[in-house]
Amino acid sequence: MNWHSSTDFFQMGGYGLYVWGSYGAALLLGLSETLLARRRHAKALNTLQEDTDL
Amino acid sequence: MTRPTAPVRWFTFAAPSRFYALSGRLLPGLWLLAAVLGGLGLYQAFFVAPTDATQGEAYRILFIHVPAAWLSMLLYVAMAFWAAIGWAYKARMASILARAIAPTGALFTALALISGALWGQPTWGSWWVWDARLTSELILLFLYLGYLALVHAIEDPHRADPAGALLALVGVINIPIIYFSVRWWNTLHQGASISMTAAPRMAETMLQALLLTTLACWAYAFAVIFTRARALILEREQDSAWVQALKGERI
Repeated sequence: MNWHSSTDFFQMGGYGLYVWGSYGAALLLGLSETLLARRRHAKALNTLQEDTDL
Repeated sequence: MTRPTAPVRWFTFAAPSRFYALSGRLLPGLWLLAAVLGGLGLYQAFFVAPTDATQGEAYRILFIHVPAAWLSMLLYVAMAFWAAIGWAYKARMASILARAIAPTGALFTALALISGALWGQPTWGSWWVWDARLTSELILLFLYLGYLALVHAIEDPHRADPAGALLALVGVINIPIIYFSVRWWNTLHQGASISMTAAPRMAETMLQALLLTTLACWAYAFAVIFTRARALILEREQDSAWVQALKGERI
């Protein structure tokens, strides 16, 4: 086991800011992109449905 | 020697309607795969892989940095490949794929640069250096952004796609430059720790973690690219009979 406590884990041997910054950036970018792509698909489907109602 | 020339049928199977149906079935599995592999990879990266003897815990950044850098290059090649196919054969699905890949490629490039800066600061004492590897990767980001700006600036896809394809193809020259930069120039960026010809210079558990996070990034890339491709298909083919037929079924 690498870590003795949760503080130990979050501090990452003094590199916490850099390590969590990297993974945080990955999470943020990945989630935003997923959201945007899914929203675009949903919007395209909605436009299609709206056309029927005309 | 002559062969009977059968009509090429690949593109009929790669019709947007087929792609739409197939990708719709694959997507839930791909998202699940990305989540499971990501979870396993992070567990392996933080709880199983040991502390690095020289770099301490900062080295754990590589489990996101390396997959991001690999994908940034591979996605560029894939984008240029599909753009070229779409241009040469007027294959609609190929052009759509190229467009769908570009934002994800740009994202992985940005992530490689960000995680690299966050590793560089504690390890080299600098967020950024004008090193051949870093500079060529930055150029890759500009190529992605240039491609996106170009295809978005031209409204008609029939004119935007070939223009984008030309830019993407010219930019391919940058890929071997990035890859071999650490050998061709004296770079601050370290050389490859893993190669096809020699044993990897890292612990087994570290290698497993890297493999898992890389596969997770792949699954994620496929899932998000397919999602975007499906949106593009609906936007472009909205007047076709098969898209009109989708109206009936509420999704």
